[in-house]
Amino acid sequence: MRVTIEINGRTVTDEVEDRTLLVHFVRENAGLTATNIGCDTTSCGACTVLLDGESVKSCTVLAAQADGHKVTTLEGLSGPDGEQHPLQRSFREQHGLQCGFCTPGMIMASASLLAHNPKPTRDEVREGLEGNLCRCTGYHNIVSAVIEASGQEVDR
Amino acid sequence: MIPAPFSYRRAASVDEALAVLTEHGDDAKLLAGGHSLLPLMKLRLAAPELLVDISPIDELRYVRTDGDDVVIGAMSRYHDLQGDSVLREHAPLLAHVSGVVGDQQVRHRGTIGGSIAHADAAADLPAAVLACDGVLVARGPKGERRIPAAEFFVGPFTTSLEPDELLTEIRVRKQDGTGWGFEKFTRRAIDWAIVGVAVAGGSVALINMAGTPIRATATEEALAGGASNAEAARLAAEGTNPPDEAHASSRYRQHLAKVLAERALVQAATRG
Ligand SMILES: Cc1cc2nc3c(=O)[nH]c(=O)nc-3n(C[C@H](O)[C@H](O)[C@H](O)COP(=O)(O)OP(=O)(O)OC[C@H]3O[C@@H](n4cnc5c(N)ncnc54)[C@H](O)[C@@H]3O)c2cc1C
Ligand code: FES
Ligand code: FES
Repeated sequence: MRVTIEINGRTVTDEVEDRTLLVHFVRENAGLTATNIGCDTTSCGACTVLLDGESVKSCTVLAAQADGHKVTTLEGLSGPDGEQHPLQRSFREQHGLQCGFCTPGMIMASASLLAHNPKPTRDEVREGLEGNLCRCTGYHNIVSAVIEASGQEVDR
Repeated sequence: MIPAPFSYRRAASVDEALAVLTEHGDDAKLLAGGHSLLPLMKLRLAAPELLVDISPIDELRYVRTDGDDVVIGAMSRYHDLQGDSVLREHAPLLAHVSGVVGDQQVRHRGTIGGSIAHADAAADLPAAVLACDGVLVARGPKGERRIPAAEFFVGPFTTSLEPDELLTEIRVRKQDGTGWGFEKFTRRAIDWAIVGVAVAGGSVALINMAGTPIRATATEEALAGGASNAEAARLAAEGTNPPDEAHASSRYRQHLAKVLAERALVQAATRG
């Protein structure tokens, strides 16, 4: 079927099989490869993107379901001149990543969390990110990064 | 992992979805949030020929009161429900449970109707609706019918819905002033319950203690007879025979049912 999705403000149209997953559309048809595939079973959150502003695991959404909707990926967070989003800056500042594989999903899930809860506590950040797995960091610095991006004092 | 090939159709209204179901029979499957169906299709445990996407049906996304009832449209997503002020006021158990299903991303997609129709005995909302003596409203080619939750769940992943019927809404009595409690025990944050307990007033429903959500009738009778929460909770596993599973033996699950029932009953005594 013909699928048209506005990804990061750019309209991407392509003819795809009905069974195409959104994550494949984003990576292969739109050529945006920040979004990773980790588990492929809705568990790890590496594939998290925003669909109409809400975080979703794009390995478990059909491209067809996103037809006519808006998707934001990590590439869409930075400003037009490449300026980093506060979350991108704080993940770097707070050392919220090591290998970086989970990071695009972590940042998109964090963006959604902050949209609903602009000043979360550390516990609320942990709960908000429970759908995202990181095998490297132990999460502590990820939580600090989200706290910093929310404009709050990072209290270790 | 990609599902086996299928055709995708969108239904913009209940009538349109019903027409497609009538035309295609067993080959067609409704797609709501897709967070049970798509994982199964990716694992090739399900391979429908036609998916009918009902997520555009906004007429089924609502919470409202109707006389003594609270009515929830089947396409309401968990994320809509967890913060819904009408639901929090009149059926706080259902609002709370909507907020503990899966994770943030799952709650942005999954629907209450999908969870009820999928009828996983380990799922949270079916038991919560059963505890509230809810009524499920189905629409099919022969019109609308109302099915009490106690008759709706007939076996593992099996309901009394006909293949050409669509679940349109979930109705529960207003729970104003009714004590409520909810406990589930999981291995990891986003897992399904090994065992869970939902309490609404004197009603106690168990998650994952049988092939369907069930009521802990011995506990309910003891409560009605004036037993203490602790005494009544000790009967929570009465008559159950949950199978041994990789993560928990039958005896362990029965033990959990009693412990969690007591906790949920204690919560209910302070809430409502
Ligand atoms: C990572 C993860 C964690 C999860 N954790 C939990 C958890 O902790 N607790 C829990 O309860 N659930 C959990 N779930 C399941 C989740 O709640 C699903 O969203 C839910 O079970 C199904 O709802 P859906 O809208 O996604 O339905 P779908 O997957 O779209 O559909 C499920 C089934 O119901 C049928 N169906 C859907 N809507 C209707 C309707 N209106 N009328 C008739 N038939 C219909 C479909 O044809 C299909 O057979 C989890 C899922 C994932 C992926
Ligand atoms: S790749 Fe989608 S959740 Fe892991
Ligand atoms: S930084 Fe390596 S998985 Fe998170």
